[in-house]
Amino acid sequence: MVEFFTETSIGAVLLILGQSLLLIVPLLVALAFLLLVDRKVWAAVQMRRGPNVVGPFGMLQSFADFLKYIVKEVVVPAGADRPVFFLAPMISFVMAVIAWAVIPFADGWVLADLNVALLYVFAVSSLEVYGVIMGGWASNSKYPFLGSLRSAAQMISYEVSIGLIIVGVIISTGSFNFGAIVAAQDGDFGLFNWYWLPHFPMLFLFLISAMAETNRPPFDLPEAESELVAGYQVEYSSTPFLLFMIGEYVAIVLMCALVSLMFFGGWLSPIPGLPDGVLWMALKMIFVFFIFAMVKAITPRYRYDQLMRLGWKVFLPLSLGWVVIVSFLAKFEVLGGFWARWPMGV
Amino acid sequence: MTAAAIIFYLFALSTIVGGLFTVIARNPVHSVLWLILAFLSSAGLFILVGAEFVALLLVIVYVGAVAVLFLFVVMMLDVDFAELKAEMAKYMPLALLIGVVLLMQLALAFGVWDYSEGYEERLAAPFVLDVENTQLLGLLIYDRYILLFQLAGLVLLVAMIGAIVLTMRHRKDVKRQDILAQMYRDPAKALEMKDVKPGQGL
Repeated sequence: MVEFFTETSIGAVLLILGQSLLLIVPLLVALAFLLLVDRKVWAAVQMRRGPNVVGPFGMLQSFADFLKYIVKEVVVPAGADRPVFFLAPMISFVMAVIAWAVIPFADGWVLADLNVALLYVFAVSSLEVYGVIMGGWASNSKYPFLGSLRSAAQMISYEVSIGLIIVGVIISTGSFNFGAIVAAQDGDFGLFNWYWLPHFPMLFLFLISAMAETNRPPFDLPEAESELVAGYQVEYSSTPFLLFMIGEYVAIVLMCALVSLMFFGGWLSPIPGLPDGVLWMALKMIFVFFIFAMVKAITPRYRYDQLMRLGWKVFLPLSLGWVVIVSFLAKFEVLGGFWARWPMGV
Repeated sequence: MTAAAIIFYLFALSTIVGGLFTVIARNPVHSVLWLILAFLSSAGLFILVGAEFVALLLVIVYVGAVAVLFLFVVMMLDVDFAELKAEMAKYMPLALLIGVVLLMQLALAFGVWDYSEGYEERLAAPFVLDVENTQLLGLLIYDRYILLFQLAGLVLLVAMIGAIVLTMRHRKDVKRQDILAQMYRDPAKALEMKDVKPGQGL
């Protein structure tokens, strides 16, 4: 039985399919509840109760929304470019989901243990912009087009600083592999060994860039409902809209996973002595997601020119400078190799 | 046929189809989208030969940045397609000539191509050392060929400065924002409370 899965190609394909399902189904179910958490936090800050009708405490609200999206009518604008119009939400969704192939949840719990995992995530997230551009263009309407241009410019701008921050982490680790990155954060002092301490300023830059990259408030200019009637998604309804929305939220949760892997030690336990495991990883992701939700609730929206200025004139020089500083600190093993965690002598 | 061979032909086919439709697609935006397909498929081919770092760089740089700019420009151009087709007929002979010359060059290059001894083993394992190809590439670029790398960086820097100088214009008649002045504005000085009586106005 085991030989069938390891020896034959059909078995290998089936095995990968099964593993992918095992990843995607819990991910999407967890997403439904994270969406609820997002709305509940938002509501609590505004002293509302949030969704509370469907199921106990509104627990099933996301599933009700899901059904609502599915059964609504798909409206295609008259002048739309039909193939591109339907391709765009699919790209948005697929690109958000395939990045999870290289995200480990515990030691060895990963679909594809790539050498270049971090680079892969970065590449895939740089492709997500196509869903936005194509959706806005194919709708053949002015609001979506302008919205998509703004959104694409924003995503490209903040990708630069995200990339440079990632470079800093890679310099400290000496590998693109998530397993190696987490292993490099292991040590005798629990949470004080994690990268949030040596890469302290970059943690905040990364969080903010991640919010801008995934079009989260306070950087949700692409879909600012009150001013821009939801940007590139204006002409979308029903399932295509659902795909856009799920894609966006999956990308947000992916950023939570990246933050916890790169800065908070992934599945490592914060207190020395307690066992490491998938539970820590989940807790850290939920913690980062809670921060995202709080930021959404308590900050006003940025102005577009301020957003661009922040990306290019503040974050880019800071993260570029940090790459130089970290290279120096790692090369000369300042503080006993605090910034240089690669196995010495390689 | 092994799985790798099937995947190779799949990627090869989609690269060629992507390239072909880049040329013959009627809509320029569709052309760019097909071009992106060609880029992605060639990244897949790179992965098949074991160069995963180059493949992902191709995706990040070409698909993630260059093609996005293409798409931006093409989407915002107001192109008359009928005129474009007429123009194309005019330039056809020149394009064909360039194509033939390129083909001849490739044929010349491959005509004198000679494999060295034991190339098959090296094809299977391009790197002799037991190091990831990302690290090996880093050692080559930043260690052995550091001067060439710096030179390439310098050329790019000059090109970038040139592009900025060519496009930069200082316009005097435009109001500019002073960001610092904006940030240091004091609400106490900028705001004034007025008690407006009903029916009077200010």
